[in-house]
Amino acid sequence: MFSNLIRRSKPTVGEDVSRAYRHNLNGSRLQPGDLQLEIAGVILRFGGVRALDDVSFNVCQGDIHAIIGPNGAGKTSLLNCVSGLYRPQQGRITLHHDGGKTRELTRTAPSRIARLGVGRTFQNIELFRNMTVLENLMLGRHVHMNHGLFRSFLWFGPAQRQEIRERELVEEVIDLLEIQAVRTKTVGSLAYGFQKRVELGRALSLQPAVLLLDEPMAGMNAEEKEDMARFILDVNELAGVTTVLIEHDMGVIMDISDRVSVLDFGRCIADGAPDEVGSDQTVRDAYLGQEAHA
Amino acid sequence: MRKAAAELIPVDEDTTFPKLLTELARRYGDSRIATQEKRFGIWQPLTWNQVHARARDFAHGLASLGVQAGEVVAVLGDNRPEWLITEVAAQSLGAATVGIYPTSVGEEVVHVLTDGKVRLVVCEDQEQVDKIVDLKAQLPAVETVIYYDPRGLESYDLPYLSEFTAVEAKGREWGEQHPDWLDEQIGRGRGSDIACICTTSGTTGRPKLAMLSHKNLLDMGQSFMSVDPIRPGDRYLSFLPLAWIGEQMLTMACCLQAGLTISFAEEAITQRSDLRELGPHVMFSPPRIWEDMLSAVMVRVGEAGWLKRRAFAWGHGVGDRYAEAKLKGKKPGLGLRAKHWVADWVALRPVRDQLGLTRIQRCYTGGAPLGPDVFRFFHSIGVNLKQIYGQTEICGIAVMHTDDDIKFATVGKPCPGTELKIADNGEILLRSSSVFQGYYANEGATAETVDAEGWLHTGDAGYLDDDGHLVVIDRAKDVMSTPDGTRFSPAFIENKLKFSPYVEEAVVFWQEGAPEITAMIIMEPSTTGAWAEHQRLNYTTYTDLAGKEEVRELIAEEVARANEDLPESVRVRRFVLLHKQLDPDDDEITRTRKVRRRVINERYAAIIDALVSGGDSVTVKSTVTYQDGSKVTREVPLRIVSMEGFVPKEGGRGLAFGVR
Repeated sequence: MFSNLIRRSKPTVGEDVSRAYRHNLNGSRLQPGDLQLEIAGVILRFGGVRALDDVSFNVCQGDIHAIIGPNGAGKTSLLNCVSGLYRPQQGRITLHHDGGKTRELTRTAPSRIARLGVGRTFQNIELFRNMTVLENLMLGRHVHMNHGLFRSFLWFGPAQRQEIRERELVEEVIDLLEIQAVRTKTVGSLAYGFQKRVELGRALSLQPAVLLLDEPMAGMNAEEKEDMARFILDVNELAGVTTVLIEHDMGVIMDISDRVSVLDFGRCIADGAPDEVGSDQTVRDAYLGQEAHA
Repeated sequence: MRKAAAELIPVDEDTTFPKLLTELARRYGDSRIATQEKRFGIWQPLTWNQVHARARDFAHGLASLGVQAGEVVAVLGDNRPEWLITEVAAQSLGAATVGIYPTSVGEEVVHVLTDGKVRLVVCEDQEQVDKIVDLKAQLPAVETVIYYDPRGLESYDLPYLSEFTAVEAKGREWGEQHPDWLDEQIGRGRGSDIACICTTSGTTGRPKLAMLSHKNLLDMGQSFMSVDPIRPGDRYLSFLPLAWIGEQMLTMACCLQAGLTISFAEEAITQRSDLRELGPHVMFSPPRIWEDMLSAVMVRVGEAGWLKRRAFAWGHGVGDRYAEAKLKGKKPGLGLRAKHWVADWVALRPVRDQLGLTRIQRCYTGGAPLGPDVFRFFHSIGVNLKQIYGQTEICGIAVMHTDDDIKFATVGKPCPGTELKIADNGEILLRSSSVFQGYYANEGATAETVDAEGWLHTGDAGYLDDDGHLVVIDRAKDVMSTPDGTRFSPAFIENKLKFSPYVEEAVVFWQEGAPEITAMIIMEPSTTGAWAEHQRLNYTTYTDLAGKEEVRELIAEEVARANEDLPESVRVRRFVLLHKQLDPDDDEITRTRKVRRRVINERYAAIIDALVSGGDSVTVKSTVTYQDGSKVTREVPLRIVSMEGFVPKEGGRGLAFGVR
């Protein structure tokens, strides 16, 4: 009875029995180390407050790039500029594609930026709480689905085929983040750590060229942090996705990031490899506090 | 709905698993599914032709890597179709496989690979490959490591690593150059060849490698299926470690022989939901799984609303009376039958459905004793749970219950073709064509286990009851006698304690000359945690929860309840609630979750001394070994609870489970 329900695949023996993932989750075609995201002279003002004051740094393809800084330093504002939620008054944010093509993000709508391959998660989880994990992740694929209202309404035919195709990719994300057990649970019923993972999954389902993570480990205990750090590393190492990450836990930053930029009062005061930045005197004064001298 | 019993493939002296697979592929080809594995949310099938072709390719691949007849190939990982393919492929060449538990680390892995003189290891994924890579310096004999899940291994640049599919592809080429070679090899196979090597559970020492021949396994499968037939339309989920004889005997010896579809779970964490989705007809699990299921039911019932709780309590009561009548061989009266019909729809069937046991025809427990109360619970909800008794050395099954003759306290009668004898010292002796071929490269141990007449010395003490059922007391060296001369088994008391949903494991102690029985109790974290939440009791870690006064009182009530069922002389007088769970990584229990008494006695000597001498507290040094091998030591004070004068609170503290 059950066997009738399973899709009978054509009996073939060959590469397709491999357990490797079939979809590349990295939306960028650039070589590792190439310039991926260029932030140049970004100034963002809210009335008289300069949230971002001439911030410039580069993010390279394949890196885990951490942004650190005290509260109110402008970290989230910067991510919001990249994903198009804020419009900086001055400066450029440029996304690079293969073949030397570039795209200026400061003048692009957020929905368009997502389609260009900028995926993100939020500090406070922004998921659809009454939808299942699977539905939330499928939503991450939505920007890539192009069947119109009529076809979607009809469902059978192209729309269904496309959904099956997209589901295959989403299932690989589920496998990568090890959330098989909660696939059909509603997000609201899940533990906080799981919700964070689902949000990462949704951003990943977009096949991002750049993944922006806003405090992915905030409010987690040591074990959950360790898990999350491993997933971020997996995403970076297995899929090669460029990750820009805001985080407060210096231990984690030093462990997993390839490059660190430090913001203080809206200015970028340091940018370099984690150990360089960690030993920089201005950074220690601004962020790590005076006792670090001892 | 179920297909009529197809004719089983005849088995003779020279049948081997590769020959069986060839015949199954010839019979069923692409018309039937051999294995299905849940991956990416879908049950992904492989037909008999596909499995057969892959096994042939892999066999050619192994041959091209220089695997010889008589060699041992190791498999390290979770249950996947690739495990089956590897096993049959190795057997095609006259080689045997040895399974290693996927949770094994360090010394255990080295021990099995060294003792088996293994040159080729098939690993599941990065996690397992890393173990071998880390231990490589201690494993000079290992020449090739093959993995079947390449994720994360792309950047590994080690000359001895290759991917499963690459070996298959290489094998395909090699096979084209040597067209008839493999058929010749398979044809040369004899039933007496070693098919697989299973590690013994090792409660008493280092695991030994027991060699089982094709004939051993196939004969056991035949005699098992002559009692309880398995039909090709049946469903079976392979989720317990294939390194364990219990899984080998059903997956390989029974299911492969009967040609039924073998299903593999998606991940360890989804086993329960996969079980429910699949709804197997036949299932075999060690007591741990059944005890877990019972705890899960108790917690869910306890947390349910008033109406559901009452409905279940009533339904369970009716089911219990119905099962009791049937087990006594009486026909239940009309009134009881009618009530049972209602109870089944209202209360029992939904519980079976939640557990994934709606279709179950027969299921089995084995490997360790299961408490009669747990047994009774499953029968009362309409699950035909039966006991199997046997050792790795006799392919796992030698004695079992038949459908119409189940007694909770016994393990049943010998299977057809099995002889049973109780030695003068009370030891159980078994003899059949499934008695193993000996321990790998360990003649001495073999001679100690099997005597000249072919009797297997089980090391268990037991007796036959009036109905000819075998009663297993315990490991012969564990059997104790009280000052008044009563012989009893610690396992009996432990099982009474373990019936409580709050108790995960219990180890009782009794010393010569000391008049009292004491126990070390290991709390079940999920149920106790749920209870603590109900009580609005804050806790952080396992150790913290186990150290709470309220939790100690809760456990004391459970001990008092267990004591009510025990004879006066063997009641538990004092107990200590351990600050941690027993962990196979700490060697305290085996991978199949049997307590290693020797290790416990050594490691917790201070606790045992304090228990026996009647102290009221003890401080233990606790060393925790992490997965990466690092160790942490700290001091934990433990209170010893005396049951003397303990009066349980009115109504009890535990959740109202209503299933006592």
